[in-house]
Amino acid sequence: MSALVTLSFTVNGRQRRVRAPAMKRLLDVLREECGLTGTKEGCGEGECGACTVLVDGLPVNSCLIPAVQADGAKIITVEGLAKGPKLTALQTAFVEMGGAQCGICTPGMLLSSYALLRRAKGRVPREAEIREALAGNLCRCTGYQKIVDAVRAAARKGPRR
Amino acid sequence: MRSALSTLEVATPRDLAHALRLLHDSLATGRAVPLAGGTDLLVYLNAGQQVGRRFLNLWGLGELRGIRETRGGITLGALTTFTQVREHPLVRRRLPSLAAAAGVIGAWQIQNRATLAGNIANGSPAGDSLPVLLAHEAVVHARSVRGARDIPFDTLYRGYRDLVLDPDELITAVTVPFPPPRAFAFFRKVGTRRAQSISKVVLCGLLRVARGGEVDLARIALGSVAPVPLRARRAEQALLGAKPSATAAAAARAALMEDIAPIDDIRSDAAYRRAVAGNVLEQFLRAADARFTRG
Amino acid sequence: MTARVATPRHPRTIRRPASVGVSVPKVEGFDKVTGRALYVDDLRVPGVLHGRTVRSTVPRGRIRRVVLDPAFDWDGVVVADHRDIPGRNACAHIEEDQPLLAADEIRHADEAIVLVAHQDPERAEAAARAVSVEVEPLEPVLTIEESLAKKALLFGDDNVFKEIRIARGDLARGFADADVTVEGTYRCGHQEQLYIENNGMIAERTKDGGLLVRGSLQCPYYVHHALMVAFGLPADKVRVVQTVTGGGFGGKEDYPSMIGGHAALLAWKSGRPVKIVYDRLEDIAATTKRHPALMRVRAGVKRDGTLTAWDMDIVMDGGAYVTLSPVVLSRGALHAGGPYRCPNVAIHARVVATNTPPNGAFRGFGAPQTQFAAECHMERIAATLGLDPLALRRRNAYRIGDVTPTGQVLRESVGALEVLERTAKRADYQAKRRRYARENAAAEQAERAGRRAPAAVPRLASGAPARKAGAGRGPGDGRRLRRGIGLALAWHGAGFTGSGEVRLASTAALDLTADGRPRILSANTEIGQGALTVFAQIVAERLGVPPGLVLVNASDTGQVPNSGPTVASRTTMVVGGLLERCATGMRERLELFAERPIAGADDFRRVARRFLRERGPLRIERRYQKPPEIWWDDEHYRGDAYGVFSYAAIAVEVEVDLDTGEVAVLDVTTAQDIGKAIHPVLCAGQIEGGTLQGLGYALLEEVRWKDGRIWNHQLTNYIIPTSMDAPPIHVELVEIPYSHGPFGAKGVGELPMDAPAPAVVAAIAYATGVRVDQIPVIPERLLAALARRGVR
Repeated sequence: MSALVTLSFTVNGRQRRVRAPAMKRLLDVLREECGLTGTKEGCGEGECGACTVLVDGLPVNSCLIPAVQADGAKIITVEGLAKGPKLTALQTAFVEMGGAQCGICTPGMLLSSYALLRRAKGRVPREAEIREALAGNLCRCTGYQKIVDAVRAAARKGPRR
Repeated sequence: MRSALSTLEVATPRDLAHALRLLHDSLATGRAVPLAGGTDLLVYLNAGQQVGRRFLNLWGLGELRGIRETRGGITLGALTTFTQVREHPLVRRRLPSLAAAAGVIGAWQIQNRATLAGNIANGSPAGDSLPVLLAHEAVVHARSVRGARDIPFDTLYRGYRDLVLDPDELITAVTVPFPPPRAFAFFRKVGTRRAQSISKVVLCGLLRVARGGEVDLARIALGSVAPVPLRARRAEQALLGAKPSATAAAAARAALMEDIAPIDDIRSDAAYRRAVAGNVLEQFLRAADARFTRG
Repeated sequence: MTARVATPRHPRTIRRPASVGVSVPKVEGFDKVTGRALYVDDLRVPGVLHGRTVRSTVPRGRIRRVVLDPAFDWDGVVVADHRDIPGRNACAHIEEDQPLLAADEIRHADEAIVLVAHQDPERAEAAARAVSVEVEPLEPVLTIEESLAKKALLFGDDNVFKEIRIARGDLARGFADADVTVEGTYRCGHQEQLYIENNGMIAERTKDGGLLVRGSLQCPYYVHHALMVAFGLPADKVRVVQTVTGGGFGGKEDYPSMIGGHAALLAWKSGRPVKIVYDRLEDIAATTKRHPALMRVRAGVKRDGTLTAWDMDIVMDGGAYVTLSPVVLSRGALHAGGPYRCPNVAIHARVVATNTPPNGAFRGFGAPQTQFAAECHMERIAATLGLDPLALRRRNAYRIGDVTPTGQVLRESVGALEVLERTAKRADYQAKRRRYARENAAAEQAERAGRRAPAAVPRLASGAPARKAGAGRGPGDGRRLRRGIGLALAWHGAGFTGSGEVRLASTAALDLTADGRPRILSANTEIGQGALTVFAQIVAERLGVPPGLVLVNASDTGQVPNSGPTVASRTTMVVGGLLERCATGMRERLELFAERPIAGADDFRRVARRFLRERGPLRIERRYQKPPEIWWDDEHYRGDAYGVFSYAAIAVEVEVDLDTGEVAVLDVTTAQDIGKAIHPVLCAGQIEGGTLQGLGYALLEEVRWKDGRIWNHQLTNYIIPTSMDAPPIHVELVEIPYSHGPFGAKGVGELPMDAPAPAVVAAIAYATGVRVDQIPVIPERLLAALARRGVR
């Protein structure tokens, strides 16, 4: 039994080694030990999805994952989407089409969308599919319409992202 | 986060045997709480609820994963996530109600982490997979340092959130038999919204009308209408041997009211649950056979 | 993306980019999609202490004593209570009746009493739990009815914070002229703004003996004023800076003064920077909500639907302290007649005190409540008279030249009929009514006969394609569904009510940076609505440069003038208007200096830098000027309540499940007259977002109470729409320009909140034949109403 653990995992392709309380939330490890504040806390209950990251390719609520279970994981956060100043088609669509208003849900929303587009493998998802993929990401600003439009537009742009 | 997470201890066992040993040993000084996907436990911790000081991290135990066909059914490892449940071709084809239930739990992020055993062990009467397991007469496989045993699902809950499992027992797998041939399967969750919701009423039903025109199979299981998920035995009895008709539907509905004991709570009220349980039962019957018209 | 427009000024053609009316990329968009945007909890502050708030667990009582558990290790913990407040113990808004920290008495559950802070957030949390407050409970007043009945006196001699009467014409005569009188009672509950970023503030003492407070907020000068009062500091010793804010919707209009004051007090006492960030549980429990309202309407109508009399009584629940209630009541009362002509009107409005957390601003600010009643009543009138609801509205909707209940002549920009017609046409309103009536009748028949109903187009699949209808959805799955379509029309005044803008005397400025770029200086905040982008567009258009050249300074009271709060649908129209004048002024100065017109970004920068070298800094400031024809008598509530109104119509289509009372919204069509869409995408975004909040208000969002405390204060149990609950929303922007708005723009922020709820109720009534007069129409309420009317 231990309260502290040493974790090895990759975040956005970069290897990290972190010593942290075993039950510390992955959300807080990312924001504090890793200095990546792009992932947000909106509720701490797994309802709002603002804390969404990809763990081994799957979108999950990082506010519900204890650090000890992130050992050996491949994690992608919003900071890992763009290549430097070059945004992905998805991010560009959000900026240009009104997919981001206050922006607090945007990191989580982007990761869930990204996961959907990867699964779709170049196919343009139907509106119903997009809405279901994003059902775990609450947005209070947009009414979701322009987020759905942006995801579809990004899908049309090309095979990946 | 209202709990002092840095004061909590976690053990990560190498394998199942190690896990069972650790769990057994922990009883002397304060039972270590088994931790799977964490989608319930972390919510309690966030609210500052006392869940425990020590945890047993099961997430890495590959032995508790996997979905395979057995004779007459499907065995799912304890740590099967609901995404795995809903996407597995065999489950979709042979146990569509289970796939349907998996698809209405939370949203994608939850389904990617929440586990079958977690849903069962958490023991909330609102657990969406539980009525499906009940209606299909699933068997829970449990293990401890003393050995293995099988627990029929309808004997699993003694009371509200109270399982018959020994404190040092872990669920290792669940076997869900295929429904009898030609059985009509139905699942419906009535929640607070279209996704990310806790059920107010959840029902799984299996029905078959024999060639002679009478119901010869009726299994009805509900959640959120009693302290435990339950089989609506009186409603089932009212249907068995009856011919589909408005009268039979009404009789089943009336009998159901004796089976359930819903309450007022933060999400809904008893009157609503009663009405909706009856309505969803009738919907199930109608969908199975159009002659079960509404009176 | 900017369009190129050729504007000949001189013999040679000068090409200037057009900015207004173009959907340019959002100014801060890059940061928001890359995780670079820094919200208050993202800021790393060395040596920061984490603050927590100890709150009352009962709604009313007398504080006997506060005990710090002697068994707890208090080392390193800062503790503050009302005695530590250097200035006045007040969270100052219009009044100063609300304390920053409760001293002797508790007036609502979750009222703040003691503050603690520690470097380690876990210790801070534990310290908060180690404070016990002994309260002698008193019998609380928890509802409008209890307050009116004076169960206890909480305020004055009648519990009424504010009372307003609006009268026009001769009510008795109006009822005498009527062929029919229709009565109705309507009720709206609390609603939580539910910005996804919880309230948070960071405060620190400054070297000059002042305070620096940063955080999530809408109105930095409101917080500035409140801190001056609580700490007895002069204006130049208090500095408030807005951090990137994750939604506000009014919920961060006045509340930041409270949490900011708390963080500041802990910082003041400890000499260390202090951060207070609420978790969701605390934010829902303790912060402001939309005012509940109880409304009774009595209308006189002629048989052809012409309104002859409109008599309305409104009572709102203000909570425990005055805060913003008088203003909410005012806006509610001024919109209470709906956008309809009626010669004889009496509106009586009161807001009363209860022992609940004070209610505050939420998008719409009183108008969604009263227009819920007004529009539901129009539907009731239509049903009573057997008239088509569209025709009834057409007959009575305002036209140019009509007069409002306060005697305001609507001189220009009245899009009521336009939005009504466009909405009805695009939604195919009449045809859908006929079709749904047919389909509902067929479904009912089929159900009775035990036939499979004609396949209803299934809504969203759950994902797993269950073969044997195992998912309980889809054609033949036995569901009993009824569909309906409902209409509503609304109006919303832009800017502060009456003489409010004059009193605010907002000032905005434009200056030049050292490298020759124009920079906007205003206290208005980007909270998601696109204020930064719209401001940049307005300024860019007048300067003749691309919007990317224009900088917007942080909303920092140390650097920007007081351009007023970001509320009341005033940001584009009023402050954008000030900035337009600033930009025109700057352009004139620079062109005078250059002795020629300026063409494009490079030219601008060259001229600007030369100006700075030769003449020094350039700053153009403009202050609000009331258009001369506008007048307002605050004492009698007569005159021009707002400079101009925006108008919206909406058609909502629903599908009701008779077995569960669940209502799915299938589709929404809305046309909205907003004067001018400076940025069409942002404009439509405001409408879509506000519409969904309105749908949540109508169907899902209910605050539940237990013993005077909010029971459902987790996101699991306070239900807002997910993407699967949200319908496709089709928006038509109607532009009927307002002569005093920049490029014709009126207000858009709040208008979308006013019409959805009554349209939903109308659609449900059409689908089921049952009218529900209270929102939210949660399934429990609808199923019970259906049962009462014998609809099983």
